[in-house]
Amino acid sequence: MYAQMVKSEGMKSRDEMTPEEQAFQDRVDRGEKIEPKEWMPEGYRKTLIRQIGQHAHSEIVGQLPEGNWITRAPTLERKAILLAKVQDEAGHGLYLYSAAETLGVSRDELTEKLHSGAMKYSSIFNYPTLTWADMGAVGWLVDGAAIMNQVPLQRTSYGPYSRAMIRICKEESFHQRQGYAIMMKMAEGTPAQKEMAQDALNRFWYPSLMMFGPSDAESVHSAQSIAWKIKINTNDELRQKFVDQTVPQAEYLGLSIPDDNLRWNEEKGGYDFSEPNWSEFFEVIKGNGPCNRERMNARVKAWDDGAWFREGLYAHAEKAAHRRAAATTAAE
Amino acid sequence: MEKAATGAILNPVEDRFVSDDALAPAFFEWLCRMGDSALVLGHRVSEWCGHAPALEEDIAMANTALDLIGHTQMWLGLAGEVEDKGRDADALAYLRDALQFRNLLLCELPNGDMGVTIMRQFLFDARHYALLMRLTGSVSPRVAEIAAKAVKEASYHLERSSDLVVRLGDGTDESQRRMQAALGQLWPYVDEMFVADAVDEAVAKAGIAPDPSDLKAEWEETVRSVLAEAMLDMPGPAGFAQTGGVIGRHTEHLGYILAEMQFLQRAYPGARW
Ligand SMILES: [Fe+2]
Ligand SMILES: [Fe+2]
Repeated sequence: MYAQMVKSEGMKSRDEMTPEEQAFQDRVDRGEKIEPKEWMPEGYRKTLIRQIGQHAHSEIVGQLPEGNWITRAPTLERKAILLAKVQDEAGHGLYLYSAAETLGVSRDELTEKLHSGAMKYSSIFNYPTLTWADMGAVGWLVDGAAIMNQVPLQRTSYGPYSRAMIRICKEESFHQRQGYAIMMKMAEGTPAQKEMAQDALNRFWYPSLMMFGPSDAESVHSAQSIAWKIKINTNDELRQKFVDQTVPQAEYLGLSIPDDNLRWNEEKGGYDFSEPNWSEFFEVIKGNGPCNRERMNARVKAWDDGAWFREGLYAHAEKAAHRRAAATTAAE
Repeated sequence: MEKAATGAILNPVEDRFVSDDALAPAFFEWLCRMGDSALVLGHRVSEWCGHAPALEEDIAMANTALDLIGHTQMWLGLAGEVEDKGRDADALAYLRDALQFRNLLLCELPNGDMGVTIMRQFLFDARHYALLMRLTGSVSPRVAEIAAKAVKEASYHLERSSDLVVRLGDGTDESQRRMQAALGQLWPYVDEMFVADAVDEAVAKAGIAPDPSDLKAEWEETVRSVLAEAMLDMPGPAGFAQTGGVIGRHTEHLGYILAEMQFLQRAYPGARW
């Protein structure tokens, strides 16, 4: 889940809606897809831009913690798999920026907002990747949590977003399986490898739970997004589902979830578990996580250092267009 | 994702050269040259992941690196078979030190700015493509098979790097200045791609590979025409050429590449990943 705390609009009751808004809501309720050229409430458009933009930024910044291990991957095959994964994430960013563009905002505008801090990306990518086991933990837990959120979003009301999610989900499940395969090798490996695997789970467990955003009680913006089918499930529902899915997977690996309060609750048919430290979450969101500065600096540096490159390409395209035009005129 | 799994060749075709003891030392060396250049250049290109000037470049460079790592798996895999001492591609990639590495110096040079990275890629691709095209007609069926697969990717790499050289050379004043500077910086390393030694002569005599010096005319023609379109000046003869990579005499940079690349295999001997 790469969209956390996306600001939505205040929920309107049916009586407060204009006839246009009522008709729009009816279409959403019937499960129709909204397409770019069609009328939509301004709040719907703005909320979608914020959410899709944040999701796109997360894919882009998400290249960094895993890119960190490409040059150190332990076998040629692992290196190829990791390269392909990071490449997929950049591709996800591209689909999502394209989806956002259909709402009238350019990729450059969104990039600028990311760099100025006006837009956020998922808190998870502000945690460091310290050992090779982290490549396993990120695939297993982080891609796993992303899938949990994105599978329902395939049914979101906005057509281009829904289609982007369908493409992305296929690749994310590859990523999760590959991550789990790394964890498996480590967990059944030497004592040092097993220690790295447990340590990676210890460090990534709570940050993964944070990916779903704060508890529903504090999520003031959910109701309108849910009515618009921009958000399909509540944060707590998804977090519960994630825990219920992940605990048996950890048991299978022979690793322990770092939570003394974790136990099966027969009555609710799910696990009871400890909440992550939400004050840490808000600090990370504010920019005070372990890697916020590194991540942002890396992105801004890539952008600034590449300015001459992009300008060179624009200038060439313009010259070429000019030459073509001149050639056409000459031929007439 | 499908790409990652293509390294291993299932059911290899019969190839008498693979078990030719007299040829083995030279054939092994030559295969390491092929594999190591792909590995080291792939490593360098992969350093850009997440740091490229545009999202399309992040994707394209990851793709190039991925292709090159795939080539490495094939060439070093075959090298291990020819050597016949139980070393596979991973053992060759991760457990040899700089003295045993056989890559071209050009491949290990630092990325510099995008200008250096793209120019390095172009100079390499132009020769890589010419070489692989000829290798598709190798008398060794295994070499021909690998080349047939790799040349499709190398052809795309060359198309892409030529295109970028042209667009940046004939772009802004700054992009042109940077591309010209990159060319000047890399030029002393190009001759190494065309110098033949006893290893090359042995595999050429067997009909496995062309003599590297035979590739020069085709390479020059490609480079000359692309640079002309890019409005860049082709430097004259390199003067004192930097060579030695293919016999294990490297720049200072390779040691750092290997330290990083081989860290896990060296720190945890025998572990499986
Ligand atoms: Fe993704
Ligand atoms: Fe992913």
